[in-house]
Amino acid sequence: MEFYLGMDNDKIDQIVDRHKGEASALIQILLEIQGENHWLPRQALERISQRLHVPLSRTMHIASFYKAFSLVPKGRHEVHICMGTACHVRGAKRILETVEDLTGIKPGETDVEMKFSLETVNCLGCCALGPVINVDGKTHGMVSVSQTEGVLKNYE
Amino acid sequence: MTRLTTPQELEKIRKDIISKRNPDKHCITLCCGSACIASGSEEVGAGIEVEIENQGLIDEVEIRKTGCHGFCERGPIIVNHPDKTSYLHIKPEDVSEIVSQAVNGKKIIDRLLYTDPETDEKIIHESEIPFYKHQKRLVFGSNGSIDPKSINDYLAINGYSAVSKVLSGMTPEDVLDEVKKSELRGRGGGGFPAGIKWEGTRNAEEEIKYVIVNADEGDPGAYMDRALLEGNPHSVLEGLIIGAYAIGSHEGYIYVRQEYPLAVENINLAIRQAEEYGLLGKNILGSGFDFFVKVHQGAGAFVCGESTALMTALEGRVGEPRPKYVRSNIKGLWDKPSVLNNVETWANVPLIINKGADWYTQIGTESSKGTKIFSLVGKITNTGLVEVPMGMTLRDIIYKIGGGIPEGKKFKAVQTGGPSGGCIPGDQLDLPVGFDELTQAGSMMGSGGMIVMDEDTCMVDVARYFINFLTDESCGKCVPCREGLRQMNKILTNITEGKGKEGDIELLEVLSETAAEASLCALGKSAPNPFMSTLQYFRDEYEAHIKDKKCPSLYCKEMINYYIDPEKCNACMICFKKCPVNAIDGEKKKIHIIDQEKCTNCGTCFEVCPERFDAVKKLSGEPLPSPVPEEERMITR
Repeated sequence: MEFYLGMDNDKIDQIVDRHKGEASALIQILLEIQGENHWLPRQALERISQRLHVPLSRTMHIASFYKAFSLVPKGRHEVHICMGTACHVRGAKRILETVEDLTGIKPGETDVEMKFSLETVNCLGCCALGPVINVDGKTHGMVSVSQTEGVLKNYE
Repeated sequence: MTRLTTPQELEKIRKDIISKRNPDKHCITLCCGSACIASGSEEVGAGIEVEIENQGLIDEVEIRKTGCHGFCERGPIIVNHPDKTSYLHIKPEDVSEIVSQAVNGKKIIDRLLYTDPETDEKIIHESEIPFYKHQKRLVFGSNGSIDPKSINDYLAINGYSAVSKVLSGMTPEDVLDEVKKSELRGRGGGGFPAGIKWEGTRNAEEEIKYVIVNADEGDPGAYMDRALLEGNPHSVLEGLIIGAYAIGSHEGYIYVRQEYPLAVENINLAIRQAEEYGLLGKNILGSGFDFFVKVHQGAGAFVCGESTALMTALEGRVGEPRPKYVRSNIKGLWDKPSVLNNVETWANVPLIINKGADWYTQIGTESSKGTKIFSLVGKITNTGLVEVPMGMTLRDIIYKIGGGIPEGKKFKAVQTGGPSGGCIPGDQLDLPVGFDELTQAGSMMGSGGMIVMDEDTCMVDVARYFINFLTDESCGKCVPCREGLRQMNKILTNITEGKGKEGDIELLEVLSETAAEASLCALGKSAPNPFMSTLQYFRDEYEAHIKDKKCPSLYCKEMINYYIDPEKCNACMICFKKCPVNAIDGEKKKIHIIDQEKCTNCGTCFEVCPERFDAVKKLSGEPLPSPVPEEERMITR
């Protein structure tokens, strides 16, 4: 299995250059790196700080504050369980418990095979379809406890 | 695209676009909002395109992929024009029939029509479906008829005419006066009068000023801003341009959550198109007015919906709020005067300019003018986005538009205003919706989430849910919010787990008072609202949890036991087989019994027990009946 610890500096520089190296674009740059690499390796954070002339502590503060960023590698599939109010009153908690049982991981964790990473999110804006599971950006709506296993089975 | 240099050129190109369109041409509009996409509208859309080609109908019929129509639960939604037949719950296999029906006027497809649950009658036109019939869709109405990726579609419905009117014949003061006169109040939460906010910024001495769209729609259960930005992004841009002109700003930002990728895509595209037409950029329509817009994606932090936190995030820093001794319309982004309004507020502006403040103020109540979009979700039959005039009662919204509570359950409460709001009980359903009315009832308008709860919803758990949410989202800068909410969360969790004790309610009240009084920003100040309002209206539920160790709604997992009624059990083996922890003992013809030691209260047996037997019960706060003696377990009936 591929498990790399860093990200190509050229790629990071390209992204930084696209934002004209402006420090105010720090969050946008991190979002792009997260989007491409699925997590933020330390070496990437160092490189960005250096390029933007921003202290590493500030970059780390941002990377750990916002929910979109991950400081550890993610599994092949990102499972997001919506815990918004509409999904909550329609039983999202039980869906989450079922996914936890099936994958053996808690929110914020990745399984040892690096297959699934589990996260809870607060409203995906698909309230009419609650409860909702989102896997790799695809939304599965009106999921019942017994259907949950079927949803996860589609992913290898 | 040609760059337009005068308002006359805009009108000319508008005429060109309209003249090239044949209003009688068959057009299949397909909802491609996020909820419909999740229900499969992309597959349906692809199917329609193939079908049009296969049937050789390219010249006769077109497909238009629109934004959210609002009736999300029934998606994917199609409306055929010009006859406006409305089809719901479309599947890819329905596509060929729909295409032939649209063009050849063949028999309407009955099975895809809306069925009135009361009369069992089929309804053909969208406007006659009760869900739509009682709405007033001024801001949201165009969503269903235009392709959000096409600026020409927006121009064809008179888009950018308000910008043209403002730049060709109104001074910034005129615009400001009109908006002030309209009494437009911010749709994002606070309900602050937009015109007064704008005036403060206009009068501020600094030369550089900013206008910002708050599209960081974080309230769980609210998604109207997403639907507007996805479905009609130009209307938001148009409002922003007008606002910028009124206050003298030349730079605007749109702060949008990264959780809304389609909204990000559509607003970016809209900006590019508007720039190409010269509706954004230097010297807009030859007026000499310059205005540029940038999109900034949020990175997932609820607190960034707060004005000062949002501005800090725009500066590329951690989104923490600051005290508001000086308001952000005087000292905001990079310490410059900045007007921040949410998506829906901006989208109201072109309407006010086009039709006038006098027209606008006729709609609504004394203190709340215009319409409001609500997301009607939770335990409600017709889930979706609804736009109603201010002043409509909660009862009309929930029963006339929403179709009431499904499965014959009883209404318990409606939660409005997101995590800062509160729960309104059944005896207040005749309350008209408006900023001040909802606040007086102990809740608030917020951004317009309306989560309906039925008898199965535990109100203590609802309070715990919101406090838990806010504990997680607190930025941690001030103590009353960071520590106070954490303690409230602990106490409420204990209560829902049957570990509540005397004095907990009083302690929660003290913590609430401190958080409301001493927190730095609105997140902490309003955080106790869900607790306070549920306590005000549902105190008996708190007391039942604490004193009787009973969850009256039979929701709180730690406080209930599952029990199989031996009189009703048919020993069908379904729950026996489905139980994930093998806690059910039984065999064919032998009454099933749950081993309470093994049971994890997952509720699977309750869910799978056939309705005709209805043998699995939830019990709370009462002792379990002793199990049937072994010799009586064989069913002889």
